[in-house]
Amino acid sequence: MDTKDFLSELVNTPGISGYEESISLKVSRVFERYCDEVRTDAFYNVYGKMTDQVGEGMPKVMLAAHIDEIGLMVKEVCEDGFLRFVSVGGVDQRILPGLEVIVHGKENLLGIIGAKPPHLQIGDEAKKALEMKDMAIDVGFSGEKLKGVINVGDPITFKSPLTTLNGTIVCGKALDDRAGAAILLETMKQLKELRFEAEVYFVATVQEEIGTRGAIISTFRVMPDIGIAIDVTHGDMPDAPKEETFSMDKGPVIAIGPNMHPGLTKKLMDIAKEHGIEYLVEVEAGPTGTDARAIQISRSGVPTVLVQLPLKYMHTTVETINIETVKKAGMLLARFISSMKEGWREWMNY
Amino acid sequence: MKELLKKLVLCYGPAGNEEAIRDCIKEEIKDYVDEVKVDVLGNLIAVKRGGGKKVMLAAHMDQIGFMVTYIDEKGFIRFSRVGGIFVQNSINSKVVFKDGLVGVVSYESEIEDIKDVKLDKMYIDIGTKSREETEKLVKIGDVAVYANGFAESNGRYIAQAMDDRAGCVLLIETAKRLKSSPHEVYFVFTVQEELGVRGAKTSAYALDPHVGIAVDVTLTGDTPKSKLMAVRMGEGPAIKVKDVLIMAHPKVKELMITRAREAGVPYQMEILEAGGTDAGAIHLTRKGIPSGVLSIPTRYVHSDCEMVDAGDMENGVKLLLKILEEEIEF
Amino acid sequence: MDELLKRLTEAHGVSGDEGEIREILKSEAANLADEVSIDRMGNLVAFKKGTKSGKKIMLCAHMDEVGLIIHNIADNGILKFSTVGSIDPRVLISKKVRIGKKKQYGILGLKAIHLQEPDERKTVVKTKQLYIDIGAKSKDEALKLVNLGDYAAFDTEYLPFGQGRIKGKALDDRLGCSVLLNALKCRYPFDLYACFTTQEEVGIRGAGVAAFNIKPSMALIVEGTTCSDVPGVDEHMRSTRLGKGPAITVMDATSYSNKDMVNKIIETAIKENIPYQMKQSAAGGNDAGAIHISGEGIKTAVVSVPCRYIHSPNSVADMNDYYSTSRLVEAFLKGCE
Repeated sequence: MDTKDFLSELVNTPGISGYEESISLKVSRVFERYCDEVRTDAFYNVYGKMTDQVGEGMPKVMLAAHIDEIGLMVKEVCEDGFLRFVSVGGVDQRILPGLEVIVHGKENLLGIIGAKPPHLQIGDEAKKALEMKDMAIDVGFSGEKLKGVINVGDPITFKSPLTTLNGTIVCGKALDDRAGAAILLETMKQLKELRFEAEVYFVATVQEEIGTRGAIISTFRVMPDIGIAIDVTHGDMPDAPKEETFSMDKGPVIAIGPNMHPGLTKKLMDIAKEHGIEYLVEVEAGPTGTDARAIQISRSGVPTVLVQLPLKYMHTTVETINIETVKKAGMLLARFISSMKEGWREWMNY
Repeated sequence: MKELLKKLVLCYGPAGNEEAIRDCIKEEIKDYVDEVKVDVLGNLIAVKRGGGKKVMLAAHMDQIGFMVTYIDEKGFIRFSRVGGIFVQNSINSKVVFKDGLVGVVSYESEIEDIKDVKLDKMYIDIGTKSREETEKLVKIGDVAVYANGFAESNGRYIAQAMDDRAGCVLLIETAKRLKSSPHEVYFVFTVQEELGVRGAKTSAYALDPHVGIAVDVTLTGDTPKSKLMAVRMGEGPAIKVKDVLIMAHPKVKELMITRAREAGVPYQMEILEAGGTDAGAIHLTRKGIPSGVLSIPTRYVHSDCEMVDAGDMENGVKLLLKILEEEIEF
Repeated sequence: MDELLKRLTEAHGVSGDEGEIREILKSEAANLADEVSIDRMGNLVAFKKGTKSGKKIMLCAHMDEVGLIIHNIADNGILKFSTVGSIDPRVLISKKVRIGKKKQYGILGLKAIHLQEPDERKTVVKTKQLYIDIGAKSKDEALKLVNLGDYAAFDTEYLPFGQGRIKGKALDDRLGCSVLLNALKCRYPFDLYACFTTQEEVGIRGAGVAAFNIKPSMALIVEGTTCSDVPGVDEHMRSTRLGKGPAITVMDATSYSNKDMVNKIIETAIKENIPYQMKQSAAGGNDAGAIHISGEGIKTAVVSVPCRYIHSPNSVADMNDYYSTSRLVEAFLKGCE
């Protein structure tokens, strides 16, 4: 399946943290085309297993990218038909006024997060950020009509399909981390063309945005020898400090720091250099805000690396990435896995 | 149920010091279950054996409290919080230590604005005149709890520690009335929930149940100019959708809604914006355990006057019974 | 001067980069233990078989220290960093650090006072504004001396001073590590696992993994804990006091000590005439936080050497407190069947 098409489908499929059933099914169907075996657990984590050469002493490798997205949830259905809501995951309230959303009740309803026009604002009102607790979603129905259709707890997603801006630069909501899922697909495709001596699990995790929860339970289940977390990092934005953002076209970003195994990370960088794959380095001083945080300390510990895609405007509905980088990351990871031969354990010595 | 509730909320049991409340609960439940045991951290596990799926119900025994950290020359006691103790709920409150010693919590009154009062500017007064006198009665590490007593008003019960003795009562009542179940039911009374759902972590790990349901309190949105929340006291037990520690598993949520309808029990859907329960720990155990929460709508949580509705409690028991009596399809 | 303490405290071991201290501890422990191993998180585990029972007791101290990590090298050769573990930026100004394997000197400079506005001196500098100067004039020159991701530790010499006191960096928790080495000199009735853990300072990351592997029935954690018996601090906020002996924890931010263990520790102290104090605050977290909730639960207790100014370039401890902590830990272990 074409990676951009896969990404587009994922972006259009709802799946806020805790409500990933639909997207999990979509991912699992695509994984089935490339993996030997695909399973889904009770929390909708998807596990796609791939092997090539089988034998004793081969490493079990787990790649993880999360398929949940940030969103909103109905807190109260007001009598007048307006919906009050809470956020699920880290939603910047400033993106909300004027946004189109989809409320997933017994039916899917289109909603607008209302914004008071400038004409009606008084005094200093315009100078303060609007707070989520004061906002409401207008679905165009009266309270009566909504009874039984929309309930407290119904998930709400942002409406923002994948849009091509320019060449390989695309934008949309939830590219954090559906683009990571696309990297899983790319890796699968590239790995199919190579020989490898490992038991590889491609895991599409759930509930990362609310505390890497899917990664906690899936890593416990898989018990990998090596963990590879795939997520996004900040692409360079006009209003962000240069030292904290990364170029959109210099390849994937490999993380270093206490959450990543130094020996394993170095090996990954060596493979990149060997195959002429450009990459950047990000230094993370503590446990990262990704599945790597959970994977590293599962059971007896899992040496972990973290590969990231530069993404601009994270946690907005206009997240922007470079599809080229998705492909480069896939190439890098496939080569990395393919390089694991006898003696792989030594990479993880201290 | 009222007498049992009264007994439990008046029983001493701050987090980390659950011995007395554990003994009390053990006495109440032991005749209705097949086995009762205590694990390493002090969780009380009562099991009603059965053939089918392992169901874990959890209610926490521990309550919040004040731990003695320092005794000054005049005999006043400085403290650290044990769990969620808030300044505004503690000023001029009556508290009691394990052996019944009574004290009053207050603050350094030179502070003009209440907003500037922090816990380290507060103290407990046990009426002594000197350090020596106090040291005969308390030592560093002793913990006091709110001691407001128990009252009833218009079908509502008012006391400290409804969080989560009310949940413990629901579990005990359910054990008493459960006639038969296709499942193996574990009534787990956890420790140290108030310190970070700690007891739930280890008890769930040991049991590795098929499904977990925590029974705890939740807030309400039905008092004057309250924060927006769709839960109201008296409108039935609440079925958790989400809180800080868990997105309730959709199948468990569905199960609870279905059984509530079948049992003719009123229910409400609950989103708690600040706070979590033992289910938060249970669901992330091992390979993941689908979990949910049955919540008791409670006003004034973490004060010495937590208020619950008798009807909500009775309906809570009915709902738990229905869930346990029927099959669990997933 | 205690030569071993000097080596232990001066060794580098910022969380995630514990290599140097691990090597030292490994060679010291190898002479004392039956078996020494390193697990997947880099924890060092020294095993000593018991004379009687197969009961497992874990003794724990963390090897890592707080420090800095270089996350950016500017075109003008100046380094930007992040703190690893919790460090108040105010203690960093005007200090020296040693960076990377080559221990390159770096200085945390600050604009000279002469060039500051009067109110500037009153503002708190944020970590983001700080920088390290290694004397390089350009990015290329800097890259000859250091690398992106290099860790930096405080440049602090270990010295005895005052009346039986010592000063050094990383007393939290190299003093604990030393106590573990002392305990390894004896053999006990039970199987002893002395664990030197990694990454405690960045979220208690190593200890849980160690506990999962060992599955002990009990764990005693030896820490270097905050001691605030200094001017300007109210009596009731001092937590522990220097010279009053090892501090026993009832409850801290990450765990509630097992009461039987605490009582036994106090009894042991009284019986052996070892001074002790109860920790007078519930602040601070440590490896017990991860260990006690591992698996089906593990009984834990925490004993600490009081240290002033932890998480800064120069901490202070009292040698008597250190010796007493060591004696107390040993005596407690000997009393365990």
